Amino acid sequence: MREIHCEQIRAAVRELVLKANVELPSDVVEALKAAHKQEESALARRILGILLTNAEMALEKKMAICQDTGMVSVHIDMGQEVRVVGGDINQAVNEGIRQGYQEGYFRKSVVNDPLSRINSGDNTPAIIHYQLSPGDHFNITVMPKGAGSENMGQLAMLKPAQGLAGVRDFVIKAVKEAGANACPPLIVGVGIGGNMEMAAYLSKKALLRPLNTRHHRAELRTLEDEWLGLINRLGLGPQGMGGKTTALAVNIETYPTHIASLPVAVSLSCHATRRRSCKL
Amino acid sequence: MKRIQAPLQEEVVRSLRVGDEVLIDGVIYAARDAAHKRMAEAIAQNLALPFNPQGQIIYYVGPCPAPPGRVIGSAGPTTSGRMDAYTPALLERGLRAMIGKGERSQAVVQAMQRYGAVYLAAVGGAGVYLAERIIAVETVAYPELGPEALLKLEVESFPCIVAIDAYGGNIYQEVRNRVKCPEYKEGKHDEKR
Repeated sequence: MREIHCEQIRAAVRELVLKANVELPSDVVEALKAAHKQEESALARRILGILLTNAEMALEKKMAICQDTGMVSVHIDMGQEVRVVGGDINQAVNEGIRQGYQEGYFRKSVVNDPLSRINSGDNTPAIIHYQLSPGDHFNITVMPKGAGSENMGQLAMLKPAQGLAGVRDFVIKAVKEAGANACPPLIVGVGIGGNMEMAAYLSKKALLRPLNTRHHRAELRTLEDEWLGLINRLGLGPQGMGGKTTALAVNIETYPTHIASLPVAVSLSCHATRRRSCKL
Repeated sequence: MKRIQAPLQEEVVRSLRVGDEVLIDGVIYAARDAAHKRMAEAIAQNLALPFNPQGQIIYYVGPCPAPPGRVIGSAGPTTSGRMDAYTPALLERGLRAMIGKGERSQAVVQAMQRYGAVYLAAVGGAGVYLAERIIAVETVAYPELGPEALLKLEVESFPCIVAIDAYGGNIYQEVRNRVKCPEYKEGKHDEKR
């Protein structure tokens, strides 16, 4: 049985959050550049130009791309042949976040109780998802996500009779209602199927897929392209101030569902879609 | 591009129109959710506010901590709508402008018209770009709120777009009115707003 020490996990998470908050993923940079090239409105072009300059400055000055360095969700995909030794895995993840946020001069954006709302002071706890499957792999992905876009996410339990058109309209409605608040240009994560919690989870998994990777199933790939076209025809544009670029991509993930259900969740992410992975 | 000096003179505020791009020089105040809640409590109890809002600009921001050798960390705008409930009372006390991102409630837009104020949008997500335009920082109140403390910021050429002017001109509304997507039929689902 392969052993992974908690110390390795702590060190990896620290490194991942330090990089994720400072380096905008290259696929997002490419998508922003492409959008900048094809925008016609002068204001929209200027906004996209500022976002590209900002990404360069963040990298050069080792500063956070966006001051909302988010609450961190951590996805641990581990093989069932792996044994974690040397302590508590959850504590190791949170310690990595605590250290990374301190060293990176990132904002501490977590309150320790949703009702009494006292800042926890170190950006912990993280939201940790474990996925077990055969093998001896151990992959960690971090996604620090800001609340501006997160707050505009939506979930609906549609009736199966509403079908594909119902799902499509719900996705577009979510983007339209988010308007300027979610900081377009957006990356739109769509989870369809499963049950209520699964749809929400899928919509987040969808945001982890690079923008230059389309769905492996042709019919879903077609929907991703079609919905992106519809969303961009809304004309909300960068920062909701008009233009052709309301979204950079639509990523869909699906799962089998109940005969009576058609769950759909939409997770919106701003251009500062921060994600970083490593293998131990 | 218009250059404006903060605090703001009423005639400057009234000269701005939706869509104008401005560069701000001078002193502004940083406050977001928790600081607004504290200020609202002070107003409700008839206590003095930590600063006199007369002629001032509030920037909705919770910056990152300052790395060594810098005055502030990344410092872009947060979503303004969360401050809507608190804003009319501050406008009534002379606040002349707010900087943030995203839409405002009808009550805020009306209070802006009544008292003569503008809402300025900074580019959301451009935290480093905007931090470069902040040259001095001082904590004024509520240090215990951490990233939500009330700060006094000195800014130089801080870039904003007039999103809502003192006459009700509203860039977001203009864009929404232009929305063109024939394939998407509105009203199939209950609209939230």
